[in-house]
Amino acid sequence: MRIACPLCGERDLREFTYRGAAVLLDRPAEPDPVAFDAYLHLRDNPAGPNAELWHHAFGCRAWLRVVRDTRTHAILEVGLARDARGRLAPGVGEAVVPAEGEGTA
Amino acid sequence: MRYSVLSILKNALAGDVAWAPVWRDPEPQPAYDAIVIGGGGHGLATAYYLARNHRVASVAVLERGLIGQGNVGRNTTIVRANYLLRGNSEFYSHSLKLWEGLERELNYNVMMSQRGVLNLCHSDAQRDAFARRGNQIRFQGDDAVLLDREGVRRIAPFLNFDDLRFPIHGGLLQVRAGTARHDAVAWGYARAADARGVDLLQNCEVTGIRVENGRVCGVETTRGAIAAEKVAIVAAGRSGQVAALAGLRLPIESHVLQAFVTEGLKPVLPGVVTFGMGHFYISQSDKGGLVFGGDLDSYNSYAARGNLPAVEHVMEAGMALMPMIGRARVLRSWGSIVDMTPDGSPIIDRTPVEGLFLNAGWCYGGFKATPASGWCLAHLMATGRPHPVAARLRLDRFASGRVLDEEGAGAQHNLH
Ligand SMILES: Cc1cc2nc3c(=O)[nH]c(=O)nc-3n(C[C@H](O)[C@H](O)[C@H](O)COP(=O)(O)OP(=O)(O)OC[C@H]3O[C@@H](n4cnc5c(N)ncnc54)[C@H](O)[C@@H]3O)c2cc1C
Ligand SMILES: [Zn+2]
Repeated sequence: MRIACPLCGERDLREFTYRGAAVLLDRPAEPDPVAFDAYLHLRDNPAGPNAELWHHAFGCRAWLRVVRDTRTHAILEVGLARDARGRLAPGVGEAVVPAEGEGTA
Repeated sequence: MRYSVLSILKNALAGDVAWAPVWRDPEPQPAYDAIVIGGGGHGLATAYYLARNHRVASVAVLERGLIGQGNVGRNTTIVRANYLLRGNSEFYSHSLKLWEGLERELNYNVMMSQRGVLNLCHSDAQRDAFARRGNQIRFQGDDAVLLDREGVRRIAPFLNFDDLRFPIHGGLLQVRAGTARHDAVAWGYARAADARGVDLLQNCEVTGIRVENGRVCGVETTRGAIAAEKVAIVAAGRSGQVAALAGLRLPIESHVLQAFVTEGLKPVLPGVVTFGMGHFYISQSDKGGLVFGGDLDSYNSYAARGNLPAVEHVMEAGMALMPMIGRARVLRSWGSIVDMTPDGSPIIDRTPVEGLFLNAGWCYGGFKATPASGWCLAHLMATGRPHPVAARLRLDRFASGRVLDEEGAGAQHNLH
């Protein structure tokens, strides 16, 4: 598997760390227990295209939103997570994505 | 036909032509008292104990492919009861006891071999954690021995004790743990269930779950509709997909886990050795092959095959732990789909749909659970009450916060 990072180009799987489904970008605004249970635990887990978060840990360290087919591992779409949502909350509390122009590269 | 030394001799002398098929190949009936979706180890065990322990009259197992083609026939066969947390420890303890009598129970040789499982530790802190775990295992009534470096050396002198990153400090040994023949477990349960009247319906994929007024009333399959008031989802890596047929969204991600086997060698390994820090574990099959594996590839997958970085990682860890492995040739590698929960522990519970039950979330460790999983799900389905040793394996524990996170890794499916 190779992922085409929008900042670095196509790179080997070894450079990336997987976080989970991209629903993690939609952190519930209110502290509602039902919404948080769904956010943290419940997953669509599709056999087919899955929107997910990858970290280019051994590269530019950007968080990516990748759409990948879970039956074939084919990468269908890659973008910066910050473009997908104003907030990035992959379990790292206040990891708010910096505004456009501030360095993630 | 009951298997015995006599039956083997008689058939051998008669040219082995008189053996009957091990189970029937029946046509689906229009209705059953209970339906089990999934003919893996857990589904077959569930059906067997429904018939054996609870005398449920008509039971069917619906399998989309053939019996034994799923994870039950693709795992690395380790059986152990060395859990730390209440909820898991009593469950796996019960399972190990069932394993110890399984051959007599099923009249089938599942080749249960209590050759021991040795977990290695590499620091003082890790040894302290092992001491705590060992005590907890003994409180539970199972066995655990804390070994120092020399104790490990006596069992496994071939290990690399002085690796710079992970020198071996000691280990935790469970003598009653070991391995069993995975296929034989599927075949043994299938044969024993069939003998008690359970219909094993192969090439019968469930494509719909019928729900009326919040109650389950049957399933649609590729072999027609079948009615039942009790239906259990026991579909391992496909749990989420099957549950979605009833409109449920599960706390599960499906991931690929790989394993490897070498050519047959003379006995070199005394039992199972696990190198948790390197993400590597190994045992030797009765045929002589070294059977080993590591961690998940770590991304969602239904492909039943993994990628090369995980292969490379496992091989490197193997070389670091026991350099002699470099002389063996790898024959095969394969992957299979495992059902990961956010706390790494399984679920045996009712669902919000009345009469629909869920047995899922076995992660990479459900083979050892096979007997107890079937035992406890059958109990729940037949009596309506959770079995005491499975009472904490609840579906709502993520919402309530009563999670069973052995690793302390937090709510991330692929970290357990
Ligand atoms: C490489 C690897 C190594 C492992 N090593 C170990 C180990 O050493 N020790 C251990 O304890 N565990 C181990 N495991 C985990 C263990 O194999 C599983 O947790 C366990 O086998 C799952 O239960 P099962 O046997 O019922 O699953 P399966 O055999 O996968 O059964 C599920 C069945 O459901 C069927 N199914 C799915 N969808 C449908 C449908 N719609 N209709 C009808 N049928 C359907 C499937 O075809 C399948 O046969 C390992 C797993 C893997 C992949
Ligand atoms: Zn990058």
